[in-house]
Amino acid sequence: MSDSQTKLRNEQETIEFEKNQVILTPGQLIMKRFFRNKLAILGLGIILAVIVFCYLGPLFSPYGEYEIFYYNEATNTEIRMDDKKALEDPNVGLYVKAPISKSHWLGTDADGRDVLTRLMYGGRISLQFSLAVTIIEMIIGITMGGIAGYYGGKVDMVIMRLVEIFYCIPFMPLMLITSSFMAAFGILPQHKIYFLMLIMGVFNWASVARMVRGQMLTIREMDYMAAAEAAGISVRKKIFKHLVPNSIPIIIVMATMDLGSFIITESTLSYLGVGISTPYASLGSMVNAVNKDIIMRNYLNIWVPPGVVLLLIVMAFNFIGDGLRDAFDPKMKR
Amino acid sequence: MKQYIIRRILTSILVLFGVSFLIYGMLRLMPSDFISQMTSGNPDITAEQKEALKEKYGMNTNIVQGYVNWISGAVTGDFGESFQYQRPVTQVIGEKMWISFSLAAIALIIELAIAIPLGVIAATKQYSKVDYGIVFFALAGISLPSFFFAAVLRRAFSVGLKIFPISGMVTARENYTGFMWFVDVAHHFVLPIIVFVILGIGSWLRYTRTNMLEVLNMDYVRTARAKGLDERVVVFKHAFRNTLIPLVTFIGAQVPALFSGAIITEGIFSIPGLGQAALDAVTNKDLPFLMAYLMFLAILTLLGTLISDILYAVVDPRVRYN
Repeated sequence: MSDSQTKLRNEQETIEFEKNQVILTPGQLIMKRFFRNKLAILGLGIILAVIVFCYLGPLFSPYGEYEIFYYNEATNTEIRMDDKKALEDPNVGLYVKAPISKSHWLGTDADGRDVLTRLMYGGRISLQFSLAVTIIEMIIGITMGGIAGYYGGKVDMVIMRLVEIFYCIPFMPLMLITSSFMAAFGILPQHKIYFLMLIMGVFNWASVARMVRGQMLTIREMDYMAAAEAAGISVRKKIFKHLVPNSIPIIIVMATMDLGSFIITESTLSYLGVGISTPYASLGSMVNAVNKDIIMRNYLNIWVPPGVVLLLIVMAFNFIGDGLRDAFDPKMKR
Repeated sequence: MKQYIIRRILTSILVLFGVSFLIYGMLRLMPSDFISQMTSGNPDITAEQKEALKEKYGMNTNIVQGYVNWISGAVTGDFGESFQYQRPVTQVIGEKMWISFSLAAIALIIELAIAIPLGVIAATKQYSKVDYGIVFFALAGISLPSFFFAAVLRRAFSVGLKIFPISGMVTARENYTGFMWFVDVAHHFVLPIIVFVILGIGSWLRYTRTNMLEVLNMDYVRTARAKGLDERVVVFKHAFRNTLIPLVTFIGAQVPALFSGAIITEGIFSIPGLGQAALDAVTNKDLPFLMAYLMFLAILTLLGTLISDILYAVVDPRVRYN
């Protein structure tokens, strides 16, 4: 190729390149990268579907959250809880472990409640619970990590030792122990759920704090920070203009991942019988039915659906979190 | 380096004191204790007998006094006697941790053997169908709730197909010895190990993939390609070797955790490891055992981070601590 040809080609390329240039803000770039990730879209879709199922589903379900069904063996008819007259018949018993039918799409559980309806309420509680825990964890973690990273020195030293202590406390055994407190102090199930949120939040802030602190330290060393400081920037501006916006991506990614992992933790606790308890439905406590041998063998409709919903929700959060992580990382070119 | 390690160990000891005080306080605040549980079924027991029992088990002190007693024993290596096993706690933990370790270590080896090659493949074929498939598999595995997955496996393989035993570590009443015993235990370990592997493999896959991607974007890899090296040489000699640095430190950090026992999986499959012992100890309010077990876990965690930091400097000569 001769020189002039090369030059011509370069010019052509430059023109073409400029034609294709659309100026994108960093935010738009992130969105673009995120929406190109098929798994992230899948995750988003699953979450939306689950939210519709859990929040709009109950509007279409004819049954209530705590509704128990009865069955008249003589007439072979199903009786609802509020039908007092029909319940007086001596042939009436609880309609437990009903098979899948038109009126009960997933049958009824061992206490005679509609599995599908409970699934909606259970999913709702699991979602809200994990959101609350994540918020608590983030508030404590970001504040502590921010303080440690910003001030450094002795403050940093004290907070980091505290972080290490909390980091070392094994979570599962601890939850088992605290739940025995709650049982003994006679805390009502309605209130227990709030205590659980608080405890889980308090025992999980350490990793957030550690990460936020690391991020603060990295940003502080950046050239633009040195420039800003040389220009005499105020402390408030330094925090809200540079430190906070630059730590947000990493915080969002961590929060998304934690939303999923707290749902697993909560359901594991409920499965062990120390988490959310009756009358509330929780996905974990619904899977717990599998501990009865007969249900594990013959009534898959009782314990498989909550497990699958659980898996879907957590997987979706992980897909989204992973997609966000890639999207926020400028090194990942797509 | 030596100075750094000494300093780290000293701060770790400080942290352990904090952890032990917190845990002891919580355990002592537990509303019902071993004595009242043991005596609750017996109407003939008098208050004096209860007091005598409390004294025997060292439960007649207040929290601070009790903690001082515990810590002065612990410093000399005496963690007391387990209430439910009636043996020194260290002995019980020392026995049970090997069961937990063998399960977790086999699982880790399988995980690594699958995850590292797949992670490298995923990274070299970024955004291809293979890559999406591998990432999907990894994330789905991480998302599985262990208790649900274990239940599905038991329903499918133990109840349905009847290939694997439903729980336990050895077949009851068979009293196998020698090689037969080994085969029997291996047979019982299959399902728990599948649970471990499927749940754990994802993080290794993702870790390998991310680090490999990072290395593949480095300038020296571009140089290697520009030199006209074979792509295989570029990937395995130049890129993969550098991926091993973070990988080795990550593995080092995990080794102590192998001893910690898995409460859920061991509980479900009735494997008599540390996890199940801890579950029993919570129900029985076995204070000395719980205390020692929780401290053991805390030490393992601290050890994990220490090992990974040291390995980091060993594998990568550019890292200097001072």
